[in-house]
Amino acid sequence: MGKDIREDIAWAQINKDVLKSLESPRKLYWVILFIALAMIGVAVGCEIYQYTSGMGVSNKNNSHVWGLYIATFIFWIGMSHSGTLLSAILHLMHADWRKPIYRFAEAMTTFSLMTAGLFVLVHLGRLWQVYYVMPYPNERWVWPNFQSPLVWDMFAIATYLSSSVLFLYVGMIPDLAICRDNIHSGWRKKLYTVMSLGWEGTDRQWRNFRITYLTIACFLIPLAVSVHSIVASDFAMSNMPGWHVTSFPPYFVAGALYSGCAAIITLFIILRYVFRFEEYMTLPIMKKLVRLTFAIAMVWTYLNLIEFASVWYGHDQTAKDQLIFKATGPYAPFFWAMIFFGSILPLMLAFKRIQTHLPILLVVSILLNVGMWLERWMIIAPSFAHGHYPWTWDHDQWPSLVQWGIVFGSFGWFTLLFMVFCKVFPSVSMYEVKEMVYHRSLALKHKPAVKGDY
Amino acid sequence: MSKRHLLALFNDFDEAVAAIAELRAANIKGFDMDDLILKSPIEHPEVEKVLGDKPVHVQWFTLIGACMGGLLAFFLISGAQANFFSQIKGGKPIVPLPPDFVLTYEMFILGGVFITVLGFLICAGLPAKRSSLYSTKVSEDQIGILVKGDESALAAFKTIFTKHKALEIQEEAGK
Repeated sequence: MGKDIREDIAWAQINKDVLKSLESPRKLYWVILFIALAMIGVAVGCEIYQYTSGMGVSNKNNSHVWGLYIATFIFWIGMSHSGTLLSAILHLMHADWRKPIYRFAEAMTTFSLMTAGLFVLVHLGRLWQVYYVMPYPNERWVWPNFQSPLVWDMFAIATYLSSSVLFLYVGMIPDLAICRDNIHSGWRKKLYTVMSLGWEGTDRQWRNFRITYLTIACFLIPLAVSVHSIVASDFAMSNMPGWHVTSFPPYFVAGALYSGCAAIITLFIILRYVFRFEEYMTLPIMKKLVRLTFAIAMVWTYLNLIEFASVWYGHDQTAKDQLIFKATGPYAPFFWAMIFFGSILPLMLAFKRIQTHLPILLVVSILLNVGMWLERWMIIAPSFAHGHYPWTWDHDQWPSLVQWGIVFGSFGWFTLLFMVFCKVFPSVSMYEVKEMVYHRSLALKHKPAVKGDY
Repeated sequence: MSKRHLLALFNDFDEAVAAIAELRAANIKGFDMDDLILKSPIEHPEVEKVLGDKPVHVQWFTLIGACMGGLLAFFLISGAQANFFSQIKGGKPIVPLPPDFVLTYEMFILGGVFITVLGFLICAGLPAKRSSLYSTKVSEDQIGILVKGDESALAAFKTIFTKHKALEIQEEAGK
């Protein structure tokens, strides 16, 4: 395997390359931005129509109360786990190859959560009563049910979002100081000056920075696991067939890491091209990322099989019927597509030639996420369609164009936020890439970091 | 005697470390090692070692923040649940501990993260006004040593910095 990064890149060149990404991306950047805006336009139109006409236009009904909105909500929450994986877990494991790519993964976390939050609003019948999700007592001093996983959801997601934003921001302060020092006028100069908080890279600042970053990383890992476990509890704690499964929390967490990793591969390829980051987002790093994705895909496959086996060999006939319904009923094409995209397709990633073939990886990573989105849909829809009581069965329900339009637009919303972030803030961590280059060049010379420090 | 600041910029980390070691060994009159500030473009614990042990207190903020967050959440939730005059429990536990643990845990983390960041800002002295002796080269590829000492010590500083191949020495009157 080649080098993750060239050890002889000049530090000034690192600054120059990354700062250039803030100014002149390739034309594709603007094309992506335009498409994202158009997608948002579709979603806003659908939402206005749904808001003014009522939830009926989304084709939801008594048995199908959640539909695509909640499936997509889980999908976006899952996507947000990639940043934690790359930033926090790999940081604690001292895997320094993460350094050129973790910043955009962290940004992905933040924007995925912001997108997921939208679906909580969108799926409400009465949007103007959104403040009901906040925990506060009514006029008779009755509080919300703190034992409900839906209330836990609100707390967990708010905690995860605010912690992720802080983690992203704190980790970016030294780079914001670089931006401040190198951009000489305009609103950007003011923005970077304010946001860098007067950072000068003193030993006192670095010492405290190091501990702070490590501490937040340590908090984020159990937090990320708890967030998706709680989302899984929304289902596992109910008595619906297909949901009442003990292995749901780890299954959800594995699925989240899986879709997050696949999304990182997609964005890696796009950013590498759009911002000319070929020197930093290198093929050996991609190779490691692909292997990580492959490993997580196999964990997800295993947990899927565990779920099927526990239902099949269990004594809950309704749950077993539900599994058979998924595999043979009207949702069968989507169920088998999920199995194919989630478990069979990633086997391609085991081939060395494919691990660095960017066009194939771009397509495969998108299809993996199609599989992961289908997984969420296959959790929600079949259970509603084929529940405990035959008189509630509704096998013919199909989401309306309004639902599809809003889901479609959410991808535009995420893309817009993400691409604007990458244009305004450095999407490659300059100081960490310098550290990587520095330590690797020392290792090459078999030299300690400081004389006498063996 | 008035104090003056001096900033020396180095290209080589080893030379900067050697200069600090020599400043310490030289025992220059009118200069205290605590008045030396190292400025670096990267996180560099190995270089910071030469400055001696300097305690970090951020973790105390973390501990207090996390405990406060957890306790606050538990008392909020259990306080709300204990209002059993308006919420009839029907024989179920008034304050059910296992489900309450979930939110206590979430708020434990939220408190920990928020107060850690607050602690970081306080301990690192941020936000700060940028000092006049600052070179943008420090955020690029050079390491800076900022010293504060009596006027009589300036010549000794310069000799040591020049000996260790300082690229540039900036000088400013102290306040």
